[in-house]
Amino acid sequence: MGQTLFDKIWDAHVVSSNEGFPDILYIDTHFIHEVTSPQAFDGLRARGLPVFRPKQTVATADHNVPTWDQHLPIKEELSRYQVDMLTKNCAEFGIELYGLGHPFQGIVHVIGPELGITRPGGTYVCGDSHTSTHGAFGAIAFGIGTSQVEQVMATQCLLQQRPKRMKIEVNGKLQNGVGAKDIILYIIAQISAAGGTGYAVEYAGDTIRSLSMEGRMTICNMSIEMGARCGLIAPDETTINYVKGREFAPKGEAWDEAVAYWQTLYSDEDADFDSVLSFKAEDIEPMITYGTNPGMGIGVTQHVPETASFEQKQQGSYKKALDYMGLHDDEQLLGKPIDYVFIGSCTNSRIEDLRQVAEFVKGKHKADNVTVWVVPGSKQVQEQAIREGLDKIFDAAGFPLREPGCSACLGMNEDKIPAGKYCVSTSNRNFEGRQGPNSRTFLASPLTAAASAITGVVTDIRSFLKEEELV
Amino acid sequence: MSTKIFKHIQTSVVPLPIENIDTDQIIPARFLKATTREGFGNNLFRDWRYDNEGNPKTDFVLNEPIYSGKILVAGKNFGCGSSREHAAWAIADYGFDAVVSSFFADIFKGNALNNGLLPVQVSDDFLAKLFAAVFADPHAVIEIDLVDQFIKIVATGEQESFEVNPYKKACMTNGYDDIDYILSKKELITEFEEAR
Repeated sequence: MGQTLFDKIWDAHVVSSNEGFPDILYIDTHFIHEVTSPQAFDGLRARGLPVFRPKQTVATADHNVPTWDQHLPIKEELSRYQVDMLTKNCAEFGIELYGLGHPFQGIVHVIGPELGITRPGGTYVCGDSHTSTHGAFGAIAFGIGTSQVEQVMATQCLLQQRPKRMKIEVNGKLQNGVGAKDIILYIIAQISAAGGTGYAVEYAGDTIRSLSMEGRMTICNMSIEMGARCGLIAPDETTINYVKGREFAPKGEAWDEAVAYWQTLYSDEDADFDSVLSFKAEDIEPMITYGTNPGMGIGVTQHVPETASFEQKQQGSYKKALDYMGLHDDEQLLGKPIDYVFIGSCTNSRIEDLRQVAEFVKGKHKADNVTVWVVPGSKQVQEQAIREGLDKIFDAAGFPLREPGCSACLGMNEDKIPAGKYCVSTSNRNFEGRQGPNSRTFLASPLTAAASAITGVVTDIRSFLKEEELV
Repeated sequence: MSTKIFKHIQTSVVPLPIENIDTDQIIPARFLKATTREGFGNNLFRDWRYDNEGNPKTDFVLNEPIYSGKILVAGKNFGCGSSREHAAWAIADYGFDAVVSSFFADIFKGNALNNGLLPVQVSDDFLAKLFAAVFADPHAVIEIDLVDQFIKIVATGEQESFEVNPYKKACMTNGYDDIDYILSKKELITEFEEAR
């Protein structure tokens, strides 16, 4: 029997496996940030332990940082304290910190890949559920709680049960205007916000293969939104070309050795998956969510489902979601006025996302009723965007380019969507209050978000593309 | 370091029959700025529990004095979303010792177990029976026994067994800690590193 990609990587990292115990899994790199680390550092101090492998620990400040005037002290006292605490803890325990002002600062799941720290075959954890992003390189990567952050700091290992394996294949040609974000929103809408729980999900098929690394990261990023432990995609030329030459990527002989190993990382043809699902790319429309979990998504031309279409015991939760969103049964979102557009987050804030949005909005201007925030994923993305002149295109369109951070994805800093307002967001969660108390989120792709910003209403990007083709 | 010990409880319960309760509802992100583990219970279910002015919403179950107890009973897919352990801290800090649902998100389940908060996964049918029991009698008493792995509606004697990882069960019933366990294997870790 052959092995899955997941099992190959897992087995290569098992330090100890004992009947009745979870495996002790070795972690190659531990990413930390200001929000889920302070209690873990306190735990180490209480135990009198050092960070076991500080050189395999990488820190940045992202969740809580302002996205304007990052050169000034953080205004909000608690945020400032938390970020200062990270600086102090990293200094005390000998950890490299890419904090505010550092050229490598940014959202932890953007900087790991862009610095060449995330590589095929590795194991990566972080006290953040979107760590699944790094799986796009053919790696095992998942989010952990703070007690586990402390565990990894203390031992560079994690106690973990081996999850089940699922393969999700997507084959065929995507419609014009449909991208990676639509694929993953479609999959989650098909299998629900709990459909992947207990599984490591490998994405495969020619549609997935055709995606750039940025697109693959968008897909793996949202694996957690269907409950999956992690998501991964076998490395190929696209992966290797992306990693090559990056700051911390192996160089010279070490590079050749690494590539030779990476080329062995795929699921064998006779590998056994606990579950296999298949989808057709042609069936996927530009997607948008209407509810309060990422599984509540529809094609942008479709209507909100009727309450009666759900089982009796689910109807209460469903109605609660629609009430919160200010929507009703059978409503069509297309044409619905919106108030905000947020382009950013670890799902969609990479240079490719910004290029795509800039190309679309060039020569256009946002609608008067909409406020647009474009938040780059990292300092490097921001600098690149400026070098390419994207900031000028954004400015002319009324899409100011801000400074990097998690921003309105979770509204920990001041970037909050006001109560009752609708935001078309390229982020990953539409939970109640996620973007600010009583805010209402429609999750969508960068192109759908950009098109909706231009028209001021929920928009089918394909209508623009048709027009532009005619011109 | 030892952690909280859990073996057996018998108590009334707080019902929350909503599905897909995510960790942003359990503890909204804006309350994650604290740098200690204490005090999160005050903001448990903050936006369901209080209005914008901070007044309790009288129709939310935590504000209904008739419901109390050390067990939270909630709808399917409890704890989905963010990995924030603050969610488990908030539930435990509020005073719950166990959460019962017909399905738990993975990361939440692990976080709960690491904090002496027992996640008890029951069948959809048994969950419906629990809700029925507590809505018929808000003082209905539920027993959870971790040692023998069962949950019981005391008045009717209806019970169901539940699964728990044997290692985590040993940790919770004895107060063992994961880090102590891994550190006991430290030689294996350095051997692993040297062999790579």
